[in-house]
Amino acid sequence: MTASRTPRPSRGPALGRRSFAALAGTGLVAAGAAACSNEDPLAKESGSASGGSSDGGGPATGALVIGSQQYYSNEIIAELFAQVLEDSGASVERQYQIGQRDVYMPELESGAIDLLPEYLGNLLQYLDESAATGTADDLATALGEALPDGLRVLPHAEATDQDSYTTTKDFASQNQLAAIGDLAGVEDLRIAANPEFEERPYGPQGAKSVYDADITVVPVSDSGGPLTLQALLDGTTQLADIYTADPSIAANDLVTLEDPESMILPQNVAPLVSERIDEDAAAAIKTVTDVLTTEELIALNTKSVTDKQDSATIAKAWLTEKGLLGS
Amino acid sequence: MTQLLEALAWIADPTRWSGPGSIPVRLLEHLWYTLLGVGIAALVAIPVGLLVGHTRRGRGPVVALSGAARALPTLGLVTLFGLWLGIGLTAPVLAFVILAIPSLLAGAYSACEAVDPRTVDAARAQGMTEWQILTRVEVPLGLPLLIGGVRLAAVQVVATVMLASYIGNGGLGRFIFLGLNLSDYPQMLGGSILVVALALVIDLALRLVERLTAPRGAART
Repeated sequence: MTASRTPRPSRGPALGRRSFAALAGTGLVAAGAAACSNEDPLAKESGSASGGSSDGGGPATGALVIGSQQYYSNEIIAELFAQVLEDSGASVERQYQIGQRDVYMPELESGAIDLLPEYLGNLLQYLDESAATGTADDLATALGEALPDGLRVLPHAEATDQDSYTTTKDFASQNQLAAIGDLAGVEDLRIAANPEFEERPYGPQGAKSVYDADITVVPVSDSGGPLTLQALLDGTTQLADIYTADPSIAANDLVTLEDPESMILPQNVAPLVSERIDEDAAAAIKTVTDVLTTEELIALNTKSVTDKQDSATIAKAWLTEKGLLGS
Repeated sequence: MTQLLEALAWIADPTRWSGPGSIPVRLLEHLWYTLLGVGIAALVAIPVGLLVGHTRRGRGPVVALSGAARALPTLGLVTLFGLWLGIGLTAPVLAFVILAIPSLLAGAYSACEAVDPRTVDAARAQGMTEWQILTRVEVPLGLPLLIGGVRLAAVQVVATVMLASYIGNGGLGRFIFLGLNLSDYPQMLGGSILVVALALVIDLALRLVERLTAPRGAART
């Protein structure tokens, strides 16, 4: 069940970031197999299409179907929700590792999936690109407008897994860098990032207009994965766009530059749910989002990347430690 | 169908045909990477293939090795070499070389093997050296097969060179990856159509060379 780690799952607009790897069917991306369980989505397809009740074991209303993106960290969050819901007495069916937003959004709208962990900024960017600016709370409000009928986001977590301008400790100390604005005047700056970073408001154009820094994008399409990290570490680039919940930041002593002007789109974890998630279920989910901070998310991700644990084991240990099970 | 029309409209947009990052620039980069991959592979594979074909020795191991190389997923190789050599052009070109070698090797040794052994014996009986037999008999007679190998390799590589863009290079893959990640499907499809068109042009051009190099009097298939 150990899935080779696909390049960082896209939190891109269409989740396209790792979709390429999915397209190419590569299981060989060698770096760091994350120990996430990789359930075969086809195996349960008929069940999910009917709201998950076809397995016959669920209550009359049918089991709640929980999906996740094809991103190990997202699967861990989905599993946290799954376990607290089970603990609250709900019947749950897992449909993890679904590819792109283009694929799973229609499934949510049709009711085939009831809950999927999302990221505020990217979800809004997918639904209404022009609205995607502001703080996490602004984004959550805008999402209320932008989401199709029948879908809503529950209160988001403090944890955010967002783009960053990250550099090495050496480069930061040589150039006295603490915030993105300190890059102003530094010459020949290159950032390894997914190609669409070039087009984002928080990409090089944003860095120029908000912080007066001149940066060129070197497109590396593994979504802040091992190749992006490698480009930064071997000095090919001075900066890298590595998502803030990535354990490789701490593991390599990297410095994420601060963003005092809040230029970068917040990507707080937010549960995207259908109408079948009632107030009791929402309350159970909220017990998780209430305590999930970025530090906690990094710790969870580390258990997958470094310790190769599967999502169920990671989720159970964390929920137990936080006292969220058996209440 | 609309998607296809939108992709064609994307290609036809005149603003994409000039300036940095425009279609001609990406096309040339794409061709250049293809040439590098096939060219370097040819330097390695054609001499080895001719040696194997001429001496009729070592065919087993060579076929087995090149068969195994065919099975390697190129994206995996690009990533693996990228982690080893860093991003840039070296890692993907190395992967393309590995992709191109089996076809070139097969073309080269079958070029020699296809020549009638009696013709080779006749050349030898006339006192030609082995080098003369190779260069004046086997290669000229087998040239269409050799070029056929180059054609297969070039078409495979040109269709795979989009992976160079995965790790910080140019090429038509830039449109494909950017389109994919932005859900800009006309752009993605437009880039793909250009790759297909380039592959077809290369295939036709090398087929023409194959015809032109066919020895007079040799049976055509």
